[in-house]
Formats: sequence, structure tokens, C-alpha cells
Amino acid sequence: MTLRRLVRPLLYLLLLLLAVFYLLPVYVLLVTGLKSFAEVNLQTMWNLPSGLHLDNFREAFDKLWPHLKNSLLLTLPAAGLSAALGSLNGYVFSKWRFPGADRIFGLILFGMFIPYQSILIPLVQFINSIGLYGGLPGLILVHIIYGIPITTLIFRNYYATLPTEIVEAGRIDGAGLLGIYRWLLFPLSLPGFVVVLIWQFTSIWNEFLFAIILTNPSHWPVTVALNNLAGSQIVEWNVQMAGALLAALPTLVVYVVLGRYFLRGLMAGALKG
Amino acid sequence: MGKRTWLAWALLVALIASACGPAATPAPGTEGPAGTEPSAGGGEVEVFSWWTAGGEAEGLAAMVEVFNAEHPEFTLVNAAVAGGAGTNARAVLATRLSANDPPASWQGHAGQELIGTYVAAGQIQPLNDLYEAEGWLELMPETLIPLISQDGNIYSVPVNIHRANVLWYNPEVLAANSIEVPTNAEEFFAAAATLQAAGLTPLAMGEAWTAMHLFETVLLGTVGADTYNALWDGTGDWNSPEVTEAIEHFAAALDYTNSDASTLTWDQAAQLVADGDAAFTVMGDWAEGFFKGLGLTPMEGFGWAPAPGTDGVFQFLSDSFVLPVGTPNPEGSSAWLTVAGSKAGQEAFNPIKGSICARTDCDPSLFDEYLQSAMQDWTTDVVVGSLTHGVVANDNWKAEINTALGLFLADRDVAVFQSALATACAATGACQ
Amino acid sequence: MRRTRERLLAVALVSPSILAIAIFVYGFIGWSARVSLSAWQGLLPNYAWVGLANYAQLLRDRRFQIDMRNTAIFTGLFLAACLLLGLLLAILLDQRLKGEGLFRSVFLFPMAISFIVTGVAWRWLMNPATGTRLSGLNLLFHNLGLDGLVSAWHTTPPPWGIAFIVLPAVWQMSGFTMALYLAGIRGISDELREAARVDGANELQIYRHIVLPQLQPVTLSAVIVLGHISLKIFDLIVAISGKDIRLDVPSIYMWTITFDANNFARGAAIGIFMLVAVSLLIVPYLSFSGRTEEGT
Repeated sequence: MTLRRLVRPLLYLLLLLLAVFYLLPVYVLLVTGLKSFAEVNLQTMWNLPSGLHLDNFREAFDKLWPHLKNSLLLTLPAAGLSAALGSLNGYVFSKWRFPGADRIFGLILFGMFIPYQSILIPLVQFINSIGLYGGLPGLILVHIIYGIPITTLIFRNYYATLPTEIVEAGRIDGAGLLGIYRWLLFPLSLPGFVVVLIWQFTSIWNEFLFAIILTNPSHWPVTVALNNLAGSQIVEWNVQMAGALLAALPTLVVYVVLGRYFLRGLMAGALKG
Repeated sequence: MGKRTWLAWALLVALIASACGPAATPAPGTEGPAGTEPSAGGGEVEVFSWWTAGGEAEGLAAMVEVFNAEHPEFTLVNAAVAGGAGTNARAVLATRLSANDPPASWQGHAGQELIGTYVAAGQIQPLNDLYEAEGWLELMPETLIPLISQDGNIYSVPVNIHRANVLWYNPEVLAANSIEVPTNAEEFFAAAATLQAAGLTPLAMGEAWTAMHLFETVLLGTVGADTYNALWDGTGDWNSPEVTEAIEHFAAALDYTNSDASTLTWDQAAQLVADGDAAFTVMGDWAEGFFKGLGLTPMEGFGWAPAPGTDGVFQFLSDSFVLPVGTPNPEGSSAWLTVAGSKAGQEAFNPIKGSICARTDCDPSLFDEYLQSAMQDWTTDVVVGSLTHGVVANDNWKAEINTALGLFLADRDVAVFQSALATACAATGACQ
Repeated sequence: MRRTRERLLAVALVSPSILAIAIFVYGFIGWSARVSLSAWQGLLPNYAWVGLANYAQLLRDRRFQIDMRNTAIFTGLFLAACLLLGLLLAILLDQRLKGEGLFRSVFLFPMAISFIVTGVAWRWLMNPATGTRLSGLNLLFHNLGLDGLVSAWHTTPPPWGIAFIVLPAVWQMSGFTMALYLAGIRGISDELREAARVDGANELQIYRHIVLPQLQPVTLSAVIVLGHISLKIFDLIVAISGKDIRLDVPSIYMWTITFDANNFARGAAIGIFMLVAVSLLIVPYLSFSGRTEEGT
């Protein structure tokens, strides 16, 4: 027991050192974001700013605000719909084996690995041909589709941990496939939804490639606008880092508020292999 | 939940707090033409570029103002996308062109970058009629027109001219080490040796493309304008001893650069010169805007000279606009191009951007000391094109050279580099 | 009868997804494969057949060899470090120390940030300048008297420069692995561990013989998710080092060759090559896990 008492402070020390490692980059972003352009200098990067130059944030915000709205309009529907689709898929693949289901699931999962750069041309041609090029609905559709593998994987693993007796019991009570989902499994799906929503929200919010290829300037999400803050010649690092922090705020809020539910969802089996 | 909610609210408040205060004016046209009705002969003119910040964006905005004043019937949409040398913009453009959805005009580097890519694919139209109507054939320099043409067809409207072969230096550092500004390779290497012995970085360099920029000026300085042009039009020999010497000079120059070059942007490298940590840097004349932005006085805080061995030669690059095949607004595109090539448009754009007009009749008094000397050189010097900035080599060829150069930076094997350059010319360049 | 109808309904429910994947994944891969067998260079499509010439050229290509080497080093180190660090953090947090929630948030939040922003911050941290221009972590080490830690970071001469890029990648994703492992550990019933303690096992033995074996499926899941991120890594490297060839990876080469050089055929060849390489690793995993599931 005395060993425990000696070990505990050491554990705290270790955790603290690790926490410093994780917080260092944020310190750099924050401190540089608060400096004036003249102060921004690689050799003095660790120094605290001379004052709180909030005008960096104001400037970044003015340029990013319309695109933050676009990002919200993009990410919320896309994450929600892809979660719903993944839930249905995961339900079928885990509880309703049909011939070839495993093979098809494998083929779907493989979709996670395609390099997106190599399919940009046919993607744009296809999206343009169905009239969805340039606005957010096309981008939402693309994110839903390319989110199918990961959302299906997470939900399938999650539903696999729920005993098949539930399905059997529902059957005996006369419910069909959809009924069992609606009345029995969907109410139990919250942990799965939390994991999927957090994952998809983050992925879609931070995504750059599809965002820039598929939308017109007025519909650009914040990732594209943030890239444009940098400019192509001289980079105003203070504004750039302020903008990066602003663009990351919504996902940070999601993690802070929903973090423990993320963990609960994982504990409930969302990615248990 | 208490602590967590508090933190979340704090973050939200931070987000809202940064929104308080007087809103800055949004960049022109980035919101899109909300609710404008296209009048007869009007409509949107979507202009595609990579000028998103700093002097470039301001220069573009100034030219847009001229356009809006002269053509109120059109609404200009500024579709600028950032990314070094337009890498993102060109990707977006490629996908749009493959879907037959071109913008009304786009920015491109005048020369083979435009011609080798878009003319070869039949995606831009000749502008000879426009040039005749506007009288540009007399107003643009003679040596420029062939470089932006193919088979007698002129394909773009150059807005500005930048010079690539400029050696920037810190006069105080040179004075402190009793060094004269070098005019050729020997003088440069002698100066570099002295500076290195004194513990300074002789030559500041930045990331990959600045190495190519350095290489093209060394190549020009070693082989001379005629051989340089021959190498790019296919009549020269990349396996010749002159090219070997150029590569050896390049390798020697690299030995005098800062070890962290690959992590610096070009302006961070120029900062080394401004701070006195380095003596020289070879960079295009957009560096002047950077030095002035630091508050330095020309010829006191910073100085310039033609890159060693290139006195009397103007290695140029030019940003220009094109007329797409299948443009959604032919009249709008023409209107934009007319403004881009006009005296008013170029006089609005160039002093802010930090470049000189492509036209020869712009008013010198609008420009600063360096730019006036550049305007003078532009009319008297021999004009050759830049490699890094898309004049002399098309994209495919340039990419091959870039790969070979990157490998050379890693292993410094002169023979391998030279043979790779020769192969590149034969496989993807003019030597076919 | 009812069974068949339900089977049909099940298939109908997933068929939109199957159709979407068929088009957007396999249809487009098919297009890409066709392009990789063509001579398409320039903005005009050119489907002239050249067989496997692009692939042969790829294997002889010095730059692609660098790409392969960098990918191998990066993926190997990234997976190992993420799993180990994630496991360590999970075990530490499993000790029910005070402030667990706060630490957990600190370790998890980097996931919220995009790779581009991470790259920008770490570009500053890993600055390799020396002497009077010391900066970044080197400057911090110097000020703390830890000069032995000062290094050239990602500008270390090949082949190890790429290893330093693992650092920001692990910073970003180890929280995710930690969450996976912590969930896995917490899912192991306390009674099991309590029983072992009663039997005289110490904490270390419990972790080694009871906890870790049960975490294998979690590890496999993590490898899948981290693996696909690591093989497609692009934004992070470009944000840190531009397009420095010494740190080149296939996705960067594919981008530059497709959109900077307009050489679509060779770009497609790189993409298909990567896909084939990935499938050689993934397909065995999928069939292995499929078999084990059927066995249970």
C-alpha cells in the first residue's frame, strides 16, 4: 500500500508532463494569434504577447464568419444523415445476415481506403451531371456517401454487442425488421450515435479537399476560407493562427461537451473490433 | 457536468466575443452576387485566381474597382483560392474544365504554363482581335509577345511583369565585411567564403520552389541568355559542359545556404537578410514589397542588384488572364480582359502589387524607386523567361525538373541531375 | 415466407448504400484504373492504351521509391507509437486518479483539430534553425538546459526525417487510441480483476495476463482506422514541409503529378498502386476477423 502512495504522485507527474506535450501546440497557436504582426517572429515564439491583440481574431472572424455558417449548414445535416444511414446499415449487417452480407460489408469497408485525390475528376463530373455542383447539398451527399464505411463499421460493431435475444423477443411479439429497429434497437442506439456523430462532425468539419473542389466561393466551408486567409505569398501568421483557433472552436466545443459520452459510446462497444 | 458546461460556455463566449466590434469590410465579391438581377448584356463575371491576401489581393481589388466603374452592367465574382503557386486553384480549375464549367476568366502565368496546358487542350481562345482593337501590339514589349503566343496566336493578357533574377542584400552586412556587390560567380563565391568565415549565412534560401528559383538564375548567369533560351526551345544541349558548370555552381551556392531552408517560406528567408543574419537572397522582385513592409529604406536597409552573371538580362514572369472556350459570359470575359490590359487597370493593380506594367506606357511616377529602375530595365534589357514561374516550360516538364531538383537537393549528385534534366527535356520538354 | 420477405427488406434497406458505394467507390476506381492504363497527359482526356507502362515506370522511379520507404517508416512508427501511447494513457487514466475527466479532455481534444492546423503549429515547434536563430522546441530545450534534445527534426537527412512527422500525427490521434483502450479496459468486468487480486496477482500481472489479451480486438479496430489515415496522409506533411521531396509520400506525389503536372495517367497509376498495396494488407484482416466472428 505504501508503494501505491509513492506511485500515485509519480503517476500524476507523468500525466502532467504528457498534458504539457498535448497543450504545447495550443499555446503556440494562442500566443501567436494574440500578437501583432510585427511581434510575430520565430525566435520569440515562446514569448507572451505584448498585449491582447484581439483585432487578429476580429479580422479572422470577419473573413471566416460566412463560411462558419456554411460549415454548420454542411456538417450538421451531413453528420446526422450519415449517422442515420450507418445505423440502419449496421443494424442489417449485424442482426439480419443475408447471403453474401459479410462479403458485401467487406467491400463497403474497403471504400475507406480509396485515395480521394484520384477520384476527383469523375466525382466532379458525376456531381455536375446530377446538377448538384457548386452548392452545399452536393457536398453533403458526397460526405454521406463516403461516410458510409466508417459509420456502418461503428454501428455494426455496436449492435453486435447487443444480444440477439432482443431481436428474437421482438420477433415473437410479432414485430418485423423495421419494427424491431424502431421500437427495440433505436432506443438503445444512443452510445453508437454519439460516437458516430462526434467522429463524423469532426471529419466533415475539418475536411478540405471535397470542400474546395465541389463548392462555389459563396458556399465554401470554413476550411477553404481558412486556407485563403494564408494567402499565396506572405502569410500573416498572427491572423492565420487566430483564424485556425476560431475554425476549431465548434469541434472543440463538441469534444468538451460530449467527450464523456464519446467514451461511454466506445465502452458500449462501438469500435470493439 | 458543471465544470464541463462552464468550459463549453466559455468557448462559445470566446467565439461570440471575437465577433463584437466594428466589422471590417469583407473582401469584394467573396459573398457572391446575392440577389443581383442580370441586366441585358450583364450577369456574373467569375474571375479565378490565387490572389487571396496581402498586396496581391489589394491589387486585384483595385483593378476590380476599375472594372466595376467601367462596366457597371456586370457583377464581378472574385473566386480566388489560396495555395502556393496556385496549386489548389489549378486543381479546382482542372475539375471544372473536365465538367465543362469554366469561369469567365482565370489567372495563369504567361507562357508555357498556360499554353502547354490549356491551348494544348483547346480550352482557351486566341486574343489577336482584342490585341488589335486595343492597340496592345504596339504597347506591349516586342520580346514579350512571342513568349505568350503559339503559331502566331496570342493567348493571354499580361497584367504585370515581375523580375526573377534579383539579388537582394543587406548593405550593412556587406559594408561590415568589406564586400562589394558581386557581379559574377567568382565574386559571389569569394564574398560567400568571407561571410561564412565571419559566421553569417551567405545566401538565405527557403523551401523547395525557391531552390528552383535559385537554380534558374544560376543557370542563366552561367550559360548566358542565348544558351538559356536554346535549352528551353529544344535547340540547346542539356548534356553540355556549360550546363555541368551551372549545376556545379548551383551545388556550390547550396553549400552556402542556411541548413533550415526547407522549413522557411521565401519571406522568412528574406527576413534573414533583413535581420542581418544572412547577406544575400535570390528572389523575385515581390521581395521588395516585403522589405518595405518591414519599414526598411531602399539601398540602406536593403539593396538589390541583378543576380550574379545576369546583368543586362531581364528574367521575367507575368500574371495574365485568359479567355476560356465556352465561357459562361463572353461579353463579361472580354470586358474583364480589356480592363486587365488597359492603362487604368494596370496602373491600379501594379503599384499595389509591387510589379511593373506589362504595357510600356504606364506612368512611372506612380511607382517607387525599385520599380522605376525595373521599368527602365524592362525596356532596355534582353528578356528571357522564368522556369519556376511558368514561362519557359510547361507544367509536365517543369514537374519533371522539380522532381530531379528535389532529388539533387538530397544527394548532390551532379551527373545524375544533369542526365535527369536531359531526360526530362527529351521525354516531356522541347527536345522531343 | 416471412423470413424471405424480411430478407428482401434487409437487402432493400442496405441497397442504397451498396449502390452508392458501387458508383462512388468502385465505379470511380474502375475509371481510375482505366486511366492508369492510358497515356492521358494534359487536360484533354486521352485513353490510348499503354498497358502497364505507367506502373513499370513507377517502380523505376526514384521519387516513388522514396515514397514507399517514407510510407513504410511513417506507418510503422505511427501505428506503434499511437497504440503504445494510447495504451499507456488509458492505463494511467484507469487508475481512477482525481482529475481524470480533465486529463481525458486534454488528451482527446487534438482530435478536434484538422491536420492542416496541426501541421501549422508543429511546423513552428519543429523548427530546425540553429545558433542565433534557435526556435521552436529546440529553443525550449536550450532554455531548459536540455541541449542534448536539440535536433534537426524533420530536416534530418533521409531516411529518418519522415520519422519526426510521426510526432504531430501521434499528438493528434493518440487520444483516439486512448479512448478506445480505456473503453476496452473499462469493459473488462471488475470482478475478473478483483478475483485475480484475491488470488495474489499484482497490478502488473493483471494488466499483462488479463487486460491486454482482451484488448486485441480493440487493437485491430484501431489499426484499421489509424491505418487508413496514415496511408493517405497528405495535409499534415504539406503543412509542415511544403512539397519537399525528401518527405514525399504517395498521396503528395499523386497530387503534384495529377494537378501540377496534369499527368493524369501516372497519377492514377500511383492511386491504384496504393490501393492494391492496401488491399494486400486489409483483405487478410477482414477475412480473418470474419472467420473469427463466425467461429464464436
